[in-house]
Amino acid sequence: MPEELNLDIFNADPITEDVSDEATEAAPKTYAPAGPALDAAAESQADLSAEMKAIGEAYAQALKNGAAAETQPRLDYAPYRSSLLRHPTKDLHHADPETIELYSPAFGHMDVHALEADLTIQHNGEPLGERIVVSGRVLDGDGRPVAGQLVEIWQANSAGRYIHKRDQHPAPLDPNFTGVGRCITGADGSYSFTTIKPGAYPWKNHLNAWRPAHIHFSLFGQEFTQRIVTQMYFPGDQLFPLDPIYQSIVDQDARDRLVATYNHEQTKPEWAMAYNWDIVLTGSKRTWTENEALGAGGDENE
Amino acid sequence: MSKLTPTPGQTVGPFFGYALPYTKDRELLAPGSPGSIRLQGTVYDGAGHPIPDAILEIWQADADGNVPHRTGSLVRDGYTFTGFGRSAVGNTGVFTFTTVNPGPTEEGAAPFIAVAVFARGLMNRLFTRVYLPEDEEALAKDPLLSSLEPDRRRSLIARRDPDGGLTWDIRLQGEGETVFLDFSDAEGASK
Repeated sequence: MPEELNLDIFNADPITEDVSDEATEAAPKTYAPAGPALDAAAESQADLSAEMKAIGEAYAQALKNGAAAETQPRLDYAPYRSSLLRHPTKDLHHADPETIELYSPAFGHMDVHALEADLTIQHNGEPLGERIVVSGRVLDGDGRPVAGQLVEIWQANSAGRYIHKRDQHPAPLDPNFTGVGRCITGADGSYSFTTIKPGAYPWKNHLNAWRPAHIHFSLFGQEFTQRIVTQMYFPGDQLFPLDPIYQSIVDQDARDRLVATYNHEQTKPEWAMAYNWDIVLTGSKRTWTENEALGAGGDENE
Repeated sequence: MSKLTPTPGQTVGPFFGYALPYTKDRELLAPGSPGSIRLQGTVYDGAGHPIPDAILEIWQADADGNVPHRTGSLVRDGYTFTGFGRSAVGNTGVFTFTTVNPGPTEEGAAPFIAVAVFARGLMNRLFTRVYLPEDEEALAKDPLLSSLEPDRRRSLIARRDPDGGLTWDIRLQGEGETVFLDFSDAEGASK
């Protein structure tokens, strides 16, 4: 494992490395059927898969020896090469949250318009791709709905291309799709986005690295300590075993918590396929007021 | 009530730039308005290089130490202090906020700003705090700071700039590594 690492990355110029790492630095101006030139020095999927397999086996052995199941990604997960210099080497320091950390910023309908939850109506025409509705609930670790809070999403288009200027994957941009949405959760913690199923896209972690299709989610709870950013995946993706970001969560049950389920009952005939995904934040540390317990939204505080 | 297992986090990735930033995201109040200060710093990796694709969030009490409960962080009206801000770093790894010095939230408490750090290559968000440097008595008895070795404690205390602002750098790894916080109860803590 560590001895198999390509140490060249430690010597890379950070700016160059950052620009080229997940985007093609010298992108073709026009679509090149042969694709961008391949980096002969890049590590192979087989190398990466072997590393990930070894980490997975060590974790399985630790579980057998009585270790507690892990629920979060490892900060130190070498197969995701960009993490090498970006993970703390010291253990996170246990702290009891204090005053400000026991509350969360308040967001409301002043901040987010209801139409921002529909990513398919932001331009003059319909975006290309498979229209989907992704919905679910945001709950805290005690099972209580997280009401009146902000949910933000962003994603690639159906061809696997982000609007972001650093994404120079030679797949088409869609003039009718930006890929950004927001909503405020309902009293029951519910959210719902109408969007397009994102495509898989290539990145430069290693040669022939492809990210499974995913939607980025950003979530706030009722306390700042509950803040998370994560990614939702689609069921049955063949890229799961190959992807170091998904695999950075070493526990299969924990990985499964990031995968939406297809819901045919909610699928709208001749309109949109439905996926469900519930998100659980950490437990609450604060004693709630009656209003919060009843699911009061952010606007109530104004 | 039943205990549910939290959903795992994932890296914010490289492509948040058109999604998470918004107009006046880093201006908790208008630059130059009475009482406003600049909070700035640089995010560094383990090689000491600035990270050009990190994004930070701050959340803090107002100047009187009151916890804000007002909406309007995403669409600022220019008058309401909501206590929340977000700043993506630039190409040189620098973030900037315009805010106020938070007041102590309790009598004698050391004022601090809560911070969440996100970056490409960072698997999960990190929490930390930035303390105001002045009230040394309060800093000395702060429960978190007093539980840290002196050299680690320093990573959480900002420097006061000549213009009244605060400078505070984040080091994700290596010498002077910032203290990052784990608020979870013992079980299931991330590594």
